[in-house]
Amino acid sequence: MSNAPASPQAGGGRASMKKELPERFKAYRHVWVFVELERGHVHSVSWELMGEGRKLADKLGVELAAVVMGGEDAGVREAARESFAYGADVAYIVENPVLADYRNETYSKALTDLVNTHKPEILLLGATTLGRDLAGSVATTLLTGLTADCTELDVDVDKSLAATRPTFGGSLLCTIYTLNFRPQMATVRPRVMQMPPRLDGRDGRIVSFGVDLREEDIITKLLRFVPDRDSNKSNLAYADIVVSGGMGLQSAENYQLVRQLASTLGAEYGCSRPLVQKGWVPAERQIGQTGKTIRPKLYIAAGISGAIQHRVGVDGADMIVAINTDRNAPIFDFAHLGIVTDAVRFLPALTEAFRKRLSPHSKDRLAG
Amino acid sequence: MHIVVCIKQVPDSAQIRVHPVTNTIMRQGVPTIINPYDLFSLEEAMRWRDKLGGEVTVLSMGPPSAADSLRKALTYGADRAVLLTDRFFAGSDTLATSYALSAALAKIGETFGAPDIVFTGKQTIDGDTAQVGPGIAKRLDLKQLTYVSRIVDVDLTSRSIVAERRAEGGVQVLMTQLPALVTMLEGTNEIRRGSLDDALRAARADVVVWSAADAGISDLQKCGLRGSPTVVKRVFAPPPRSEKAELVETHGRTPAENAEALIDMIFARAPGVEADLVKSVSGF
Repeated sequence: MSNAPASPQAGGGRASMKKELPERFKAYRHVWVFVELERGHVHSVSWELMGEGRKLADKLGVELAAVVMGGEDAGVREAARESFAYGADVAYIVENPVLADYRNETYSKALTDLVNTHKPEILLLGATTLGRDLAGSVATTLLTGLTADCTELDVDVDKSLAATRPTFGGSLLCTIYTLNFRPQMATVRPRVMQMPPRLDGRDGRIVSFGVDLREEDIITKLLRFVPDRDSNKSNLAYADIVVSGGMGLQSAENYQLVRQLASTLGAEYGCSRPLVQKGWVPAERQIGQTGKTIRPKLYIAAGISGAIQHRVGVDGADMIVAINTDRNAPIFDFAHLGIVTDAVRFLPALTEAFRKRLSPHSKDRLAG
Repeated sequence: MHIVVCIKQVPDSAQIRVHPVTNTIMRQGVPTIINPYDLFSLEEAMRWRDKLGGEVTVLSMGPPSAADSLRKALTYGADRAVLLTDRFFAGSDTLATSYALSAALAKIGETFGAPDIVFTGKQTIDGDTAQVGPGIAKRLDLKQLTYVSRIVDVDLTSRSIVAERRAEGGVQVLMTQLPALVTMLEGTNEIRRGSLDDALRAARADVVVWSAADAGISDLQKCGLRGSPTVVKRVFAPPPRSEKAELVETHGRTPAENAEALIDMIFARAPGVEADLVKSVSGF
């Protein structure tokens, strides 16, 4: 989030709880990013985190390391080399047949052992179904702090990690520290951070790590993996234009006005949380802290008030256009353009106006 | 079979307001509800109880008023309710919460029979961390099944469970051993309307209330603020952007005129969007 303070200041209140870091944690150094490798494919959130990890490591004057695990010949070494292009100095790799598919049992053991051996001060993971499943287990085993779904990461004056996330159901932001424990762990949702540039030819060193895991000792078995069919997936997170609706639409039927505008623009459509909770729109269309984070070129929000939990999901948009009857709605505080009007009446007019402008016929007429 | 469902009483998030001047939370009069994600786990637990026999115990940690949510769970059809409440738990983060709940779960095991499955919600709507379930699983050495879209089978003879788990890009079908910790995905079932019998039973039922000591917690250093490695240093509202949104002048204009004006403003500020749109339309 570009709007949050760049460097939270220590001092006062709870900050006075800071004590000297216990002796056993003083050896903990460097920033790690867990790289999600599944079926030969690295989740893009891992490279987004690598970009953030690079900034933290530079501020701390330490190294940035990638952690990559998987089966043998599963693309672990390729992913490790790719991590150098995105900013890693070191890649810790763990190759073992039991790591071929993600299982909590095997991955949490491997990551915990790796942390206890090489001792990072910061460990970042993607807030995906894999990352959240893994991070909660590892933090509990290590008895350290874990801050979920951060929207901003920074290094404080005393060199501790300042992790900012929405709180109180997304109505405020808070900055959380793990002062006296290491590593300081945090997760970040996909698309919240910007993808860093890829610098091919940038090199690093690979450190191989062995774990004592045999399939016969593992209780949880993967019976099969059923891939999603492409037709079922919405492209919301990666769309260039997104139109979405909120409670200002007043009824489930009126949501079709959002879909009609989206269809005219070749855009994806989404909604705010209350529409999912009311059962008007499926959960996969939800935009915000507990839904998708989007970074489109154009975002049109119809009848959405703009609570923080929604705002953090759209802050990466190049242009935000708000349609709302309430002139004082928070959405007008972070939208670029807006109109104070009833979305239900206005959306059909907007769809029609776009349709006219964009029809090839009208272009000919303009050209003639 | 004994199933324990951990639930949390949360403020109805739609009703939380921030004071416009002081930027503090206005909690007065905000109604509380059972965390909506927990209801999918509660319903799934009751379905397997109905199928295989046994009992469902609901457990919550919170202030004494959380007994209301536990009683509500009884009206849906849960068999027993346990409230873990103590001032020592105030200020718990997820690590301290999973410690306290694990202690209570162990005590529930001693008192009412060891749980075969422990359910939690996928996450809460107030904290949104999804960390307490995995924390409990790790502390009690339960096999962990998160983001479950369907429990395919529970076999008490072989002590096995098969579940479909939502993963990135697909669904994992996993088989593991009981006891297990399961978190259900939203929308996987619908909480039943409790029967009249359940409502009458809930009205008369006693919620079992345990303090930290009752739950066998002797190390209070692991509870509440003291047992929490994370520290919240600052709570704040994000500042507005330096410039307010530029608004369409609507006075005395029709929706069609307003729409034209808005499109002009969008294209003036984002010519790239106009070019993309024209290109994609002429591509047909």
